[in-house]
Amino acid sequence: MKTLNILLSAFRALQRNKMRSFLTMLGIIIGVAAVIAMLAIGQGAEYSVKEQIAALGTNVLMVFPGAQQQGNVRIAAGSAVTLTDDDAQAISRECPAVQYISPGAFSGGQVIAGNLNWATSVQGVGADYLEIRQWSIEYGEFFTDQDIKGATKVCVLGKTVADNLFPESSPVDQTIRIRNVPFKVVGVLTKKGQNAMGQDQDDVILAPYTTVLRRLSHWQNLRYILVSATSLNSIGAAQQQISELLRMRHKIAPYDADDFTIRNQTDLATTATATTQILTILLASIASVSLLVGGIGIMNIMLVSVTERTREIGIRMSIGARGRDILTQFLIEALVLSLVGGIVGIILGTVGSSVISSIAKWPTIITAFSIILSFGFSIAIGIFFGFYPARKAALLNPIDALRYE
Amino acid sequence: MIHEQAASPANPDGALIQIDHLIKVYQLGEIEVHALRGVSVQVTKGEFVAIMGASGSGKSTFMNILGCLDKPTKGTYILEGIDVGKLSRDELAAIRNKKIGFVFQGFNLLSRTSALENVELPLFYSSTSNKVRKARAIEAIDRVGLGDRIHHYPNQLSGGQQQRVAIARALVNDPSIILADEPTGNLDSRTSVEVMGVFQELNNNGITVILVTHEPDIASFAKRHVVFRDGKIRADKINPSPRVASEVIKAMPVIEEEEEEAA
Repeated sequence: MKTLNILLSAFRALQRNKMRSFLTMLGIIIGVAAVIAMLAIGQGAEYSVKEQIAALGTNVLMVFPGAQQQGNVRIAAGSAVTLTDDDAQAISRECPAVQYISPGAFSGGQVIAGNLNWATSVQGVGADYLEIRQWSIEYGEFFTDQDIKGATKVCVLGKTVADNLFPESSPVDQTIRIRNVPFKVVGVLTKKGQNAMGQDQDDVILAPYTTVLRRLSHWQNLRYILVSATSLNSIGAAQQQISELLRMRHKIAPYDADDFTIRNQTDLATTATATTQILTILLASIASVSLLVGGIGIMNIMLVSVTERTREIGIRMSIGARGRDILTQFLIEALVLSLVGGIVGIILGTVGSSVISSIAKWPTIITAFSIILSFGFSIAIGIFFGFYPARKAALLNPIDALRYE
Repeated sequence: MIHEQAASPANPDGALIQIDHLIKVYQLGEIEVHALRGVSVQVTKGEFVAIMGASGSGKSTFMNILGCLDKPTKGTYILEGIDVGKLSRDELAAIRNKKIGFVFQGFNLLSRTSALENVELPLFYSSTSNKVRKARAIEAIDRVGLGDRIHHYPNQLSGGQQQRVAIARALVNDPSIILADEPTGNLDSRTSVEVMGVFQELNNNGITVILVTHEPDIASFAKRHVVFRDGKIRADKINPSPRVASEVIKAMPVIEEEEEEAA
C-alpha cells in the first residue's frame, strides 16, 4: 500500500470519529504547547540574565583581599587587610592587559537630606568606575581625579536614592549627610535597574573611595579593586598579570597561597546561565509529563480503535493485507494524531508564550531548537505509543478477526 | 473430471486444488476438537463446487483452510502447485490477495467507504498503480452490474447490491478461485437467486467458484456437490442438472420490495 494512500485512509479513519480524534489530539496539543511555552519562558529568563550580566561588563575583574589567617583559623574572604591604594596604582601602571581600575571602599547607613532620610549603601569608587560598569550620569557630573586625590566630600546619587531623597527638586548641588558627614551631590546616575540577583542597582551612592575610607569607614585598606581588561579576550592575561604583580608586591613565597582573590564576571555569567538552564530543563520536564500523558491517551484510543475495528482488520487480512500493512496503517493513524496535535500545539505554544510575555512582561524566546524538539517528541510519542496497539492489530488471527462481533 | 481418486501431489493433473488427508484439530482448553478428520479432494479449474453440510460438519474449517486463513494440523493443501502449508503469514496474505477472492455471508464491506474504494482495496495490497487500480475496480463493478453505483456507500445499497460489490472485490485481482461462504445467508430468496446468477455467469466465463452452503436450494445451482459430515467428506458427486439462475428468476413472482430495490 502506498504511503499517500495509507495517509489518506488514516485521515479518513480519524475523520470518522472527529470528536474522539480531537480529544486524543488535545492531550498532545496541550503537552506540546506546554513544552514550547515552558522552554520559551526558560530561555527568555536565560536571555535576560545573560543580557544583565553583559551590561555588568563581562570584561570586569574584581580583586578581593584574601582571608585573614590566624594560625590555622581562616576568617572570611575580604577580612584581611592586604589590598592597598598602592596596589591599585601598581595594577594600573604595570599591567598592560588592564584598561581601567577603580579601587573600592564601602560604607552604609542612614542618609539625610532636608527632612527626608534613606538607608542605602555608599560605594567608594575611583574616577573610572563608570567606564568599568558601563554606566553614565543622567545629569550633573561625576567626580574627578582631583576629588579623589583631595578626598573631597562629593557624591553621585543612584536613581532610587535621588528619587527618595529629592522627590520634588534636583539633587545636584544640594548637600546630604551621610553618617552625619555632609556631602555635596554633584550628579545623578542613569537608571540601571535590577541586577541578575534582583538587587536594585540604583539604590546606591557613589563617592570618591578616598573620602569613604577617611571619612566614613575609617579603614586603611581597600575592600576590593574593580578592574576592566582591555577586551573580553584579555581577561585571562589581566588576571595573570594582576596575580603575579600582587604576589610580588605582597612578597608571597612561590608555594604559598595568594592573600587575595580575583573573580571575574564570566564565572558569574556561567553560573547564572547554568542556573537558568536548569530552570529551563525543569520547566520543560514538567511540561513533558503532560506530553507523556497525551501519548498514553493516544495509546488508549488506538487500543479502543483496534478492538472496534477488529472486523475491518479481518476483512483487510482476508483480501491480502499482510501483518505489516495493518501495522503501518495503525501506526500512521497514531502518527497523524500526534503530528497534527504536535503542529497545533506548536502554534498554540508560540501564541501562548507571546501572550505570556506581553501580559507578564516576561521575555520569552522560541528557538528553532524547541520547535524541533517538540516536533520530534510528538513523532516519537506517536511511534512509541502507537506501536503496541498497531502490533496488536497486526498479530490478529484473520479468522478470529473476521468472526469478531 | 475424476474426483476422490487416489490423488497424490505427484499427480497434479493440472488440478487447481489438491488436498490430501487434511486434519484439523482445535484445542479448546482441555478438549481437542477434531474439526477435520482426513479430507482429500481435488478441484480442477473452471469447476463450480458447492460444499454442503450441517453446522459442525467441518465445512467452515475446510473453507478457512481453503482460503488460506487457517493452516491444517496435518495433511497437504496444494494450490496451483504451491504447498500452502509451508508458507509464512505474509506469503499466505499474498496468496489470499492474488489467488483467492472471498465472498462472505455478512458481505464484509468497509462501511463509510464507497463501493469503488471497497473494490479497489485488494489492489492496494498488491502495489498496483492508481490508474490501473481504478480502471480494474470499475471493470469489476461493471461485471456484477453495478456500474452506476460505484460511488454509493454500503449503507446506501441493498443487501443484494452489497453482495455484488463484495463479489466485484473478490474478482478484482483476477483470482484462481472465488470462495463464497454462505453468500446468500443474509438475502431473501429472489436476491439469492440473483447473486447465484452472478456466480454462474462468472463460472461460465471460466472462473472457479467454491461455495459453502447448507441450503440444498442454493447448492442446486452448482455443478458439483461435496457433502461434509463429522469432519469427513460423506459424498462427492456431480450435479447432473444444475439449475440456471436466469431461468429460475423468470419463473419467480415479482415482489414489490424487489421492484423498489431495482429502481
